[in-house]
Amino acid sequence: MLRSAAIRILSRSTIATRRFSTDLEANAPTDGAFIEAWKKIAPNIDPPKTPLAFIKPRPPTPSSIPSKLTLNFVLPYSSELASKEVDMVIVPATTGQMGILPGHVPTIAELKPGLMSVHEGNDVKKYFVSSGFAFVHANSYADIVAVEAASLDQIDSNQVQKGLAEFTQKLSSASTDLEKAEAQIGVDVHSALNSALSG
Amino acid sequence: MAMAAFRREGRRFVVVSPNLLRSSLLPSSEEQVSLGVRSISTQIVRNRMKSVKNIQKITKAMKMVAASKLRAIQVRAENSRGLWQPFTALLGDTPSVDVKKNVIVTVSADKGLCGGINSTSVKVSRALFKLNSGADKESKYVVLGEKAKAQLIRDSKQHIDLTLTELQKNFLNYTQVSALADEILKNVEYDALRIVFNKFQSVVSFLPTTATIFSPEIVERESEAGKLGDLDSYEVEGGDTKSEILQNLTEFQFSCVMFNAVLENACSEQGARMSAMDSSSRNAGEMLDRLTLTYNRTRQASITTELTEIISGASALEG
Repeated sequence: MLRSAAIRILSRSTIATRRFSTDLEANAPTDGAFIEAWKKIAPNIDPPKTPLAFIKPRPPTPSSIPSKLTLNFVLPYSSELASKEVDMVIVPATTGQMGILPGHVPTIAELKPGLMSVHEGNDVKKYFVSSGFAFVHANSYADIVAVEAASLDQIDSNQVQKGLAEFTQKLSSASTDLEKAEAQIGVDVHSALNSALSG
Repeated sequence: MAMAAFRREGRRFVVVSPNLLRSSLLPSSEEQVSLGVRSISTQIVRNRMKSVKNIQKITKAMKMVAASKLRAIQVRAENSRGLWQPFTALLGDTPSVDVKKNVIVTVSADKGLCGGINSTSVKVSRALFKLNSGADKESKYVVLGEKAKAQLIRDSKQHIDLTLTELQKNFLNYTQVSALADEILKNVEYDALRIVFNKFQSVVSFLPTTATIFSPEIVERESEAGKLGDLDSYEVEGGDTKSEILQNLTEFQFSCVMFNAVLENACSEQGARMSAMDSSSRNAGEMLDRLTLTYNRTRQASITTELTEIISGASALEG
């Protein structure tokens, strides 16, 4: 009995706090037109939240160029770097290696398999990323979204050589277009890995 | 099967009050009296107590299972929260943009007994459908999960384009979700994809959420109109044309947002199941207390009756 009472009180207090937090969110930049339209259509149901309600707000573009670049590097299974201030990051764009410094022009870049390095003072961290996107914003924020990435010291060079040989052999023996494309991707990834390890 | 039986039992228990229970006992005890047995039978109450105890065992076990599953999936859901943020930061978040072909992707669970999360996402999807239907517009549903399918098929069967179930049979990873996103993108024509899911907040609360993803053409149109971030100020690297990059970008965005949505929903499901099972095992406990009281009372009454009979019989012999 006491236990249930405690839980009831607990749940009521959480509801109360939620109401307060939504009060706050009304000031947040949500899509007002959507909420109004929603209230006309379904007055009995609270309008659903949108991603904007959960995102960490970002600062406006400063007038002078900041000394550091704020980097977010995310993977599906983890946020590798979250709002980390770094000096420079070099990403493997499809057009070639691209260095990003604070105050870089806003850019959307598609990534190819290759070496990504994060420079922080004298410290350089190297990752091998499979593919993804990099966004550079005007306020010296950079977002890098990759499907898979590994720190370079986790990669075994013997396995890379083996994989490269295997996919090269597959490419020469491929008969259909699909097989050829798959083998080509394998060769590309492994040769990029190889050059990242040697270079 | 067991679940259906359990639910039926539960309903019966809610309705039957101890008084009614005793009155339902009476006829059978009268029968037994007429057969020459003096004591009031407690067999029925004992049986009921046993079944309530068994149900409590089941719900307790289900709660444990949900708790352990929740712990595993909560970590993954929280880790995947960074994934969609870059896209929202870049493209903004404008669910009010008016487009012709709306596709509502409803994410739900395959199994029930998890509180209101499935009906919440169905309700929100229905309202979104209504919001986005009009004279020259067409809206469609894509349904993920058995439970939302069962609810939506009742009244909007003709609007359902695609249903996908048994998401959680295998381990939920990015590869699987992107294959699923690919399946949706290949089979459905869309201008805007509106994903409805329950975002996990805590074990007792989840927030119905909708994420909007536009097709590349709409992104281009709206960014020129200035509604959708200021995409024009961004330089585009790689690819042959801007539209090609935008296509890749929106498809990647869809798979990333889907991945997070599916994980968040799975997490909310386990949380809701845990609290539902917790309250039902508590209810079973209360019911057991009431039944025990009834049982003891009946037993005592029969003892008292027997004693009175013996004493009065003895005093009749003496006198």
